[in-house]
Amino acid sequence: MSHEIDKPQTLPTTARISLGRTGAAIPTREQLRFQLDHALARDAVHTLLDISALLHGLQQRDLAGFVLRSAVEGEASQKSRHHYLRRPDLGRILHPDFAHALRDYAESLQRKPDAVFILADGLSALAVERHGLPLLDALLPTLDAGDWNLAPVCIVSQGRVAIGDEIGHLLGAKLVVLMIGERPGLSSPDSLGVYITWNPRPGRTDAERNCISNIRQEGLSYVEAAQRIAFYMNEARRLETTGIALKEASALVHAPIPE
Amino acid sequence: MLYSHTVRGVKHTFADLRTLLAKASPLRSGDQLAGIAASGAEGRAIAQMALAELPLSVFTNEVVVPYETDAVTRLIVDSHDQQAFAPIAGLTVGEFRDWLLSDEATGERLSALAGGLMPEMAAAVSKLMRVQDLIYVARKISVVSRFRTTVGLPGRLSTRLQPNHPTDDPLGIAASILDGLLLGSGDAVVGINPVSDSVDSVTKLLRLIDHVRVRYDIPTQSCVLAHVTTQMESMQQGAPLDLLFQSIAGTEAANASFGISLELLDEAHAMTRELKRGGLDGKTGGENVFYFETGQGSALSANAHFGVDQQTLEARAYAVARRYQPMLVNTVVGFIGPEYLYDGKQILRAGLEDHFCGKLLGLPMGCDICYTNHAEADQDDMDSLLTMLGTAGINYIMGVPGADDIMLNYQSTSFHDALYLRRLLGLRPAPEFEAWLSSDGFHQLQRIGQPAALLPQGDVR
Repeated sequence: MSHEIDKPQTLPTTARISLGRTGAAIPTREQLRFQLDHALARDAVHTLLDISALLHGLQQRDLAGFVLRSAVEGEASQKSRHHYLRRPDLGRILHPDFAHALRDYAESLQRKPDAVFILADGLSALAVERHGLPLLDALLPTLDAGDWNLAPVCIVSQGRVAIGDEIGHLLGAKLVVLMIGERPGLSSPDSLGVYITWNPRPGRTDAERNCISNIRQEGLSYVEAAQRIAFYMNEARRLETTGIALKEASALVHAPIPE
Repeated sequence: MLYSHTVRGVKHTFADLRTLLAKASPLRSGDQLAGIAASGAEGRAIAQMALAELPLSVFTNEVVVPYETDAVTRLIVDSHDQQAFAPIAGLTVGEFRDWLLSDEATGERLSALAGGLMPEMAAAVSKLMRVQDLIYVARKISVVSRFRTTVGLPGRLSTRLQPNHPTDDPLGIAASILDGLLLGSGDAVVGINPVSDSVDSVTKLLRLIDHVRVRYDIPTQSCVLAHVTTQMESMQQGAPLDLLFQSIAGTEAANASFGISLELLDEAHAMTRELKRGGLDGKTGGENVFYFETGQGSALSANAHFGVDQQTLEARAYAVARRYQPMLVNTVVGFIGPEYLYDGKQILRAGLEDHFCGKLLGLPMGCDICYTNHAEADQDDMDSLLTMLGTAGINYIMGVPGADDIMLNYQSTSFHDALYLRRLLGLRPAPEFEAWLSSDGFHQLQRIGQPAALLPQGDVR
């Protein structure tokens, strides 16, 4: 078992192959590379969302922002982050104070929004901070501006996917587009996922959403992701549904879903 | 039925069997999330005392999930072997622990007992056991299964070669297969988790593994871990499927959330046996064709736990598994996340419990020793569990390039980890695979250099 795969210029996979060995063990260089990657992934999970930076970014784009927090106890802190990881159920609902504020805001609106974009930290604040606004930059020009009445962009700390259902419901929005930090992999601490849900209300299941995953430098590009999101948004409005039903209907009668 | 126990003059009561089991269960974030864990350490210790005094015969009279509404309960009750149970029928759970650890409980006697044990009995006794008890008793039991290799013999350690790729790219997968084979991995199975659950994709991956296996004369078996119905369609298309995969859980409702029932598993099992692949003579067909994956917390995750603790439900999944005399059962212990198993300590104990309960119930247990990046765990925790499961006599572990699964985004054990364990404990691969490692087929593989050479013709990029 002494032979190794010849190391070509580029390996056909990002899997950790051809590591070599010392005795039976992984050599020091590879061992330390692993430890660093694990440290980055851990930090991505535990870093708290930089809300003011996101608000500032929205301001620069002339977009309104609305800051929200999930029901996980207390202000965002390292301690509350541990609580958040143990209690996914609390990350799926709004803190009552923030739900109240959002309801008040919704009542002040003349017209209910067609869609709401939500930026949530999920399991990687890093992913949202890095890719959330650039993805909006790529997406918004592809949507017909006069065609979509958009709610302010909601920024949610300690939030899971399903929290979008409550937010969309309180706003009376027809569609939720939630951008969230995915569970970090060892080589992908900043992967962003997008979940699109028609007629959001608490109790929606994942089968009723469409998901676009792995948006990051080494994965799906902003442009490609934006194309897919715009496709789902338009199809959702046309068919008045999302999830498996949208996929099936789109595949049958309309343009194929961009892959 | 109400259960009570008096400690230092104070009477403690438990509403029913499932409540007693849940309160006695070692601390688990999943049981806390479900709101069924003991409220504190004292409550847990008292529940364990109460559980220790419970006669095992209680389990034959009271179920934790209703018989009428749950097919797994019916399977457990209806297949209970009274004769095999007889030797321990008069014991309490506490006395059962003492017996398991005694010299009287030889490997032979333990194997004969398997059919007489209900999963809840195994779960109950495990809750009274320390880590060394879980290791020591499991070590006495050997469960051997066969397809093209013989897995689970004493003194042997096998691996599943897991060459996953984020886009199912054949060349990327081939590269990981080659790397693993050259490091002596893959004697339990070469098993790919596909990204796409489509029939074409599954068939293509099965052909890839089969091509490599036949060309280099490798004694191993293929598996692509798609949904069982997808694999059935693949078989109908003529795919060279060796092992049939499915995730299973401990309640009918949780299994329904996976899109399976016992009837469906029966059908898929029969269809796979019909292929008559494998078997040590290569003609009659292997008898052990199923590869199951399980893991504590899956029933709660599917909102189908019925107030039963996650460790007891995990043991109930083994009742489903043993119906089919599987080739491999794999508890994917740390994959589910910190809301079910919070940290390295909880993952470690869960892995040892699952291995113990599975072996006691007669299953060929392996373990995906693993964690996600949002759990409080790291490589040191995995090394601890790896070493302990090695001493406990685990049948097989995973072999993932550099322990980093780039498709499923979690950390498991590497090809190197298996080499470490084999060297440390003097364990050898499955005998057929061990012979292959010094054969012409292996030497040819060492010389090919480029993974593209492994692909079937017409599949080279």
